[in-house]
Amino acid sequence: MASPDRTGAREPMLPVPYQVTSRQAETHDSVTLRLDPLGERLPMAQPGQFSMLAVPRIGEVAISASGVPQPGEASLEHTIRAVGAVSRALHDARPGTVLGVRGPFGTTWDLPSAAGRDLVIVAGGVGLAPLRPVILGALAERDTYRRVCLVAGARTPAEFLFRRELDAWACHPDLEVDLTIDQPSAGWNGQVGFVTEPLARLRLDPRRTTAFLCGPEPMMRFCAQGLLRKGIAAGDIRLSLERNMQCGIGLCGHCQLGPILVCRDGPVVGYALAGPLLSIGEL
Amino acid sequence: MTAPHPAGPVVITRDGLDRLVEALITDGYQVIGPTVRDSAIVLSELDSARALPAGWGVETGPGLYRLHRRDDAAVFAHSAGPGSWKQFLHPPRRQLWSTDADGGYQPAQTPAPRYAFLGVRGCDLAAIRILGRVLGEGAHPDGAFARTRQALFVVAVNCTEPGGVCFCASMGTGPAAGPGYDLALTEQIDESGHWFVAEAGTAEGERILAKVPQRSASVAEKEGAKADVSGAAQRMGRAMPSVDLPALIRESVASPHWEDVASRCLTCANCTMVCPTCFCTSTEEVSDLTGDHAERWQRWASCFELDFSFMHGGSVRQSGASRYRQWFSHKLGTWHEQFGSSGCVGCGRCIAWCPVGIDITEEAARLAGLDPGPDQDRA
Amino acid sequence: MNGVHEALAGDPLFAGLSGTELGLIAAAARPVRLGARERLLREGDPARGCWLIHSGCVALDLAVPGRGQVVVQTLGRGDVLGWSWLVPPYRWQFGAVTVQPTTMTELDTAQLQAVAEQDPRFGYTLTLALFGALALRLQATRARLLDLYRVPDGQP
Repeated sequence: MASPDRTGAREPMLPVPYQVTSRQAETHDSVTLRLDPLGERLPMAQPGQFSMLAVPRIGEVAISASGVPQPGEASLEHTIRAVGAVSRALHDARPGTVLGVRGPFGTTWDLPSAAGRDLVIVAGGVGLAPLRPVILGALAERDTYRRVCLVAGARTPAEFLFRRELDAWACHPDLEVDLTIDQPSAGWNGQVGFVTEPLARLRLDPRRTTAFLCGPEPMMRFCAQGLLRKGIAAGDIRLSLERNMQCGIGLCGHCQLGPILVCRDGPVVGYALAGPLLSIGEL
Repeated sequence: MTAPHPAGPVVITRDGLDRLVEALITDGYQVIGPTVRDSAIVLSELDSARALPAGWGVETGPGLYRLHRRDDAAVFAHSAGPGSWKQFLHPPRRQLWSTDADGGYQPAQTPAPRYAFLGVRGCDLAAIRILGRVLGEGAHPDGAFARTRQALFVVAVNCTEPGGVCFCASMGTGPAAGPGYDLALTEQIDESGHWFVAEAGTAEGERILAKVPQRSASVAEKEGAKADVSGAAQRMGRAMPSVDLPALIRESVASPHWEDVASRCLTCANCTMVCPTCFCTSTEEVSDLTGDHAERWQRWASCFELDFSFMHGGSVRQSGASRYRQWFSHKLGTWHEQFGSSGCVGCGRCIAWCPVGIDITEEAARLAGLDPGPDQDRA
Repeated sequence: MNGVHEALAGDPLFAGLSGTELGLIAAAARPVRLGARERLLREGDPARGCWLIHSGCVALDLAVPGRGQVVVQTLGRGDVLGWSWLVPPYRWQFGAVTVQPTTMTELDTAQLQAVAEQDPRFGYTLTLALFGALALRLQATRARLLDLYRVPDGQP
């Protein structure tokens, strides 16, 4: 996957203060924060990359960018689900809160390399957040790509992220959108089933399809297998991986997956490399 | 009396070694070298060469490390102490930054030490080179490490007495010290006296060596020193099997061998602490009671820790077998892909300091013996 | 009949079947077209027939006291609807109702079973094809059972 140039000579373990300038609740436990620099500006995260977000006195976690750089703006956009002490503190952060940011780090989705091809974007749960930049990027240059298909799964209808945008995308004439839920839910007239099921129903041309997957690892594995069954090459399937990250810069050793350092050789990794590694238990 | 800078090896006496340490201290270096403490030979700041472990040797074996009195006054005739030079280049605890109520982040004001390492063996010199690649040559180098290493003066020693757990020869890191020293010494001690064949490896090494009384080494002395070192290479107590370890490890991911080791391994993490190339760290947030002042610290971590791979409510590697496999596979296998060399330098510390005596060379041999080969089906 | 045969030949479900075998199935098949919100199957009714969905959406539902008709699964293009004709007690365990206008091929399972009695080889091939679809459905259902998107337990 493409890797941007080395960041400047600044100390990479030292956070830069950014202020929360808006907070949008997505679901009962997820929010999207907009962060603006108070002084020093970091380079903008490209689709697929992540930043280390620090809450003073609590800790630091790796969160993928969920927005795209806007020309002339320095805002960062991150969607955070409260699953631990730090992410809960980030989730609760009100506008005005000052956080520490380090980054951007990691490999990108490299959307431009899929120019002229059909895009299949498969999101499971909060995996939709790191994929949102792919959708926005494809929409911003819609003619660069052929079909753009989104398959997004969530536990229940209320747990879809970016609900208003999803509804708009579902009506978009140039997007094919399949939303599906895992749990039977009253009041939902849409698809019920695991995300592999609408994915299996797509008629795809394996010669010109690039797939972007993000979600829980078993979900990505099942989806990748489903795509392979359709004849899509492992090299055309990209996953966003996750591991324990403490430094984000390839020095702490926590994020290893076999030979890969997920912070440096990922988070976006091709399935040809990731597939065999993910099938090994406790690797 | 100092001689003008000779080309090639010189001989310095035991007193010359004292002068060498004095010269380094006078020059502003903090001399770190071996010394006896708590029934072991540890690395510590030395205020003179008198603190060296003269006449002390070690008996080492799997799960075994004992000091014993030698019948001579050799100062470098030991190996596999519990500490390695990494504790000075990559400290066990280091503050990264602090923040106060104003929200700004201040980098920690850590002094850049100017160390002179006295007594670095081939294995440990190779380990310093490896740490240099890991911590200093990535896209985001560790600044504190780089500064400390930049200012470092290395007095290497060529080993003439391999320890019971040493296998540097089979790892290509010793017993002769490889490149990267400012000075290299080969200790010679017998009835006729106690002296060192000394050789400079850099201009800075020459500069310091010039302050020590010396004379040119005779051919016999040079050859004698060389012979002692190459003789040591023949007397290693063990060897890493000469197989393609990265390939073997890739093929052995589902081997029953890991459960076998796990039945013995306590996941105590001793091996990672004493290993001179293990570099993993964790970060911690520390704050005072008012909550106004917070600091971020970095501390050594080990892949054997139960929550080392914690994510999403649980650790990826929970079983002891998976954690041992991770350490072994990284050290001898994936390190090559990540950093371009093996992570193991053959110092043997992990063997000596393992409470149950797990021997990494023996485990590699067992794995090779169990390897069904690339044609076999893997379940 | 040709249209039905074509539809079957193009269905990945029957990718491994020979032309003759496809012909046997086509002889027991007919096209079906339903509007939205039409009930196709009633839970508890005798199970006869099986459907290959070509377009649209069908919801499988179950009456749960206090929750009404609960939709447990939706099916679409390429999915098979109806298994209970093959296993005792030969009664539908769930209901099925269209969500959108839906086109399907309906298979006369009694006829197919009769053919299979005479031609076990055909019966085996047909059963394997259906088994493959069922296996994927089971895998997806198990994945849902894992509740992968829930908040993880345990905190660091």
